[in-house]
Amino acid sequence: MHELHLPWLELAIVTPLIGAVVTLFAQSIDSKRQHAIGFSVLTLLFSLGAWEDFRLLMTFEAHDRWDLITRLIGPNIIVIDEFSAPLIPLTALIFLLNFLSLPNTKAERMLFSNTMLLQFTTLALLACRNEYGLVVLASVQTIFPLIELIYRRRAIGPYVFHMGLFVLLMISGVYLVFRDGAAEHANSLGIWLLIVAVLIRNGCAPLHCWLADLFENASFGTSLTFTTPLTGAYLALRLLIPISPAWALQTVMFASLATAVYAAALALVQSCPRRFFSYILLSHMSLAFVGLEVDTVIGLTGALCVWFSVGISLTGFGLTLRAVEARVGYLSLRKFHGLYRHVPLLATFFMLTGLSSIGFPGTIGFVGMELVTEGVVDVYPLVGAFVVVAAALNGMAILFGYFRIFTGTEHPATANMVAKTNEKLAVWISTVLIIAGGIWPQPGVYSRFHAASHLLGGETAEVNVDGH
Amino acid sequence: MEFIVSFLGIAVITAPAILLTSIALPSLFGIRLQEQSINRLTSSSVLIGFISAILMLIIMLATGSRNVPIDLGDWIVLPATELNESPFHFHLKVVFDRLSVPFVILTFLLCGTIGLFASKYLHREIGYLRFFVAFAIFNLGMIVASVSGTIEMLFFGWELVGLSSAILIAYFHERKSPVTSGFRVWCIYRFADAAFLIAAIAMHHMTGHGEFSALIGQGNWPEGVAQLSSWQAFWIGSLLLFAAAGKSALVPFCGWLPRAMEGPTPSSAIFYGALSVHLGAFLLLRVGPIIDCSLLLAISVILIGAVSAIYGTIVGRVQSDVKTALSFASLTQVGIIVAVIGFAGIAGGMGWSTLAIGLRYFALIHILGHAMLRTLQLLRAPTLLRDYHALDNALGAHIPNEDSRFKKLVGDRMYRFALERGYLDTVIDRWVVQPFVIVASTCNRLEQGWLNLLSGRRRDTQKPVIDSKRKDG
Repeated sequence: MHELHLPWLELAIVTPLIGAVVTLFAQSIDSKRQHAIGFSVLTLLFSLGAWEDFRLLMTFEAHDRWDLITRLIGPNIIVIDEFSAPLIPLTALIFLLNFLSLPNTKAERMLFSNTMLLQFTTLALLACRNEYGLVVLASVQTIFPLIELIYRRRAIGPYVFHMGLFVLLMISGVYLVFRDGAAEHANSLGIWLLIVAVLIRNGCAPLHCWLADLFENASFGTSLTFTTPLTGAYLALRLLIPISPAWALQTVMFASLATAVYAAALALVQSCPRRFFSYILLSHMSLAFVGLEVDTVIGLTGALCVWFSVGISLTGFGLTLRAVEARVGYLSLRKFHGLYRHVPLLATFFMLTGLSSIGFPGTIGFVGMELVTEGVVDVYPLVGAFVVVAAALNGMAILFGYFRIFTGTEHPATANMVAKTNEKLAVWISTVLIIAGGIWPQPGVYSRFHAASHLLGGETAEVNVDGH
Repeated sequence: MEFIVSFLGIAVITAPAILLTSIALPSLFGIRLQEQSINRLTSSSVLIGFISAILMLIIMLATGSRNVPIDLGDWIVLPATELNESPFHFHLKVVFDRLSVPFVILTFLLCGTIGLFASKYLHREIGYLRFFVAFAIFNLGMIVASVSGTIEMLFFGWELVGLSSAILIAYFHERKSPVTSGFRVWCIYRFADAAFLIAAIAMHHMTGHGEFSALIGQGNWPEGVAQLSSWQAFWIGSLLLFAAAGKSALVPFCGWLPRAMEGPTPSSAIFYGALSVHLGAFLLLRVGPIIDCSLLLAISVILIGAVSAIYGTIVGRVQSDVKTALSFASLTQVGIIVAVIGFAGIAGGMGWSTLAIGLRYFALIHILGHAMLRTLQLLRAPTLLRDYHALDNALGAHIPNEDSRFKKLVGDRMYRFALERGYLDTVIDRWVVQPFVIVASTCNRLEQGWLNLLSGRRRDTQKPVIDSKRKDG
């Protein structure tokens, strides 16, 4: 296996861990926030370094130079490949945007170290290729939202029930499937257990209720950073897809498609904005999952593109909701709030990120949605219509939320509510990515296509980076 | 010459794109443009696009060229591999032909007129910039849809037009009514767009790429023969007809048309009197050869067009405000245009190609004439009372009320039917919205109950947010 020129991956993973320790001992909220932003910027730079270094190597996979993990645990635990290379900086960016746009009113209740530990485990998970390593990291990852729920004195029952079941099924499934060291003749019970575990983590109906509950009770930041990197989909790609027979993938695909439509429909009847957001996110996660399971290169390419667009767009969408909530408190979607006049930038960004998430033309989400639909139609022509129906319902939900929050009346506020500089910075970064990815999608799509081809075990034709 | 043609073609598309970028992007980065700057940008962009389109027309007439395709290359290309047998192309291609050039010129002409009108009409309005951003999105969407040489590009423009419609209907967004109307229009557009997307992907799937030349034959518009079987043409055509019905407010989707009048007069004029409402008819004209392939489809097109025209003329006669009455008058004309396109499809299917071509030209000329007349009428609408007073003064008495004559003519039941706009909104609310809300709310309550059980909380069920019985829902 090729080696990167520097231990970028380990640096990117360890930085938030160091950040968590440093932040723990910081005295003031401001200093905690500054440390968190600083370490997140460093993490993003290291992860971008890993991606660029890997790109220059022109190989499918590589590991760090002077790989410490190999010496301590074993070979090929922490590996970067074409599939995970952009996901690591994407995740680092999601955490950075979360810290960067953190409103003052929310900062006081934020568990900075806890969030940085979540960042550490998420990045380690996305760089991990070993099945047992994945199980450990995915299990540990579930602890940090739980800590926050306990800290906020909220009910932990739904979360513990679902995540406990997820961890239990995942451990049992991985043990049954991989106990002999080879997965060629995988135990079908093990596969079933793994399927259910992955479906729970990805929020497939009827095992999805933990997601809405988490968004309602934990902080918006933690809920977002726990869900938008789509680690459930990552686990499916690493653990499930390589060993699953066609019937298993089919089952998962149909279940995910039903969830996508169901969640989009439920988003339209929510009164709590956090639950509203959670259902939109769930629908998009399921759509990405549909593409993953469709087992064609185009479908998988579309899913990987949707993964990326969901990460950027829905993070921006969620952070906008959080910013609005920080200004006016709880917002009920049963009535109109008319906030446009006070926060026009946030309103515009809400609309932009929402449209991007539904795959509106000219935004980063467009190509992904088109490819997922194409991939599904290719295999199941009639079923493909449901992908489009889910997207249509999501589109309705986005404008429903926009109209309820920003229009319909005049909000009688006297305080200044305009976006702060740090919020503007987060908005601008996301805007540039959304529009640039929408106008010039070829490099990103081609990279995902290449990764999809390798994941499905094929080779791409000899073409250059521009695809010609 | 080829360079000049390409340059003009690209100028037609880039002028509205630059307008959108130059108005929308600065506001995202906190730079607020003055009214004067917005006006100058709008005028110059529309003028450049208009002149380029006129020059293109002159060159086409001078050289006798009826079809000028300009290849902009592949936007996305995924090559063939051992796992992916057919390569995926998202091709960017614009086509200037006898359908697109008149539509482009019409778009620039009317957008220019409305831009000038709106600069005075909305002077010092708080949402001035917002109006012109939506206007620029609309302008770009119309131009892209008009000149698109591929089904995907047409979809791109189609979506932009839909978004700008919803934003402009909800322009006066401090009030509930425009906002709920905008949302309702958006919902109908989303389902119409979903049908369009499925049709686009199905066509892409059948032919390997989305170019119109491959879908509807190599002949120049209005000729061309589609390479589809009768049933393929029926299914794809039905989806496109659904999309066109949504966009052009044909029956059964025409309930949104009067609601769309909530927007400011300039937007009503340009969208629902002139351009947007004709986009569905434009789509049907563009895919005319597909309609030729299926008699059943052609009959469906005629039926929907005819029913819309009759509905429009009956309902329009009892409306009490001028903009709504004009919108139903528009619907009547659009219905006739669509029915003519359906007849052209039957003629094409029978092999009477000269008649089919003639009917398609007739439909195109009808669109152009109707769009201009209706724009004039809608722009005069705010001064209607003044016009009536002038007429009264000239006549020396009040103008006779014709509504009562209509009531006597059709009877109470029909009058009520017209007054209630054919109960179409009620039917959609009762049979689509309400069941949807009931099912979704029940599922939501069940989920809430399950979560309460797990967390040991008291039962706290949510009421549905969208109450379909309420007018503002």
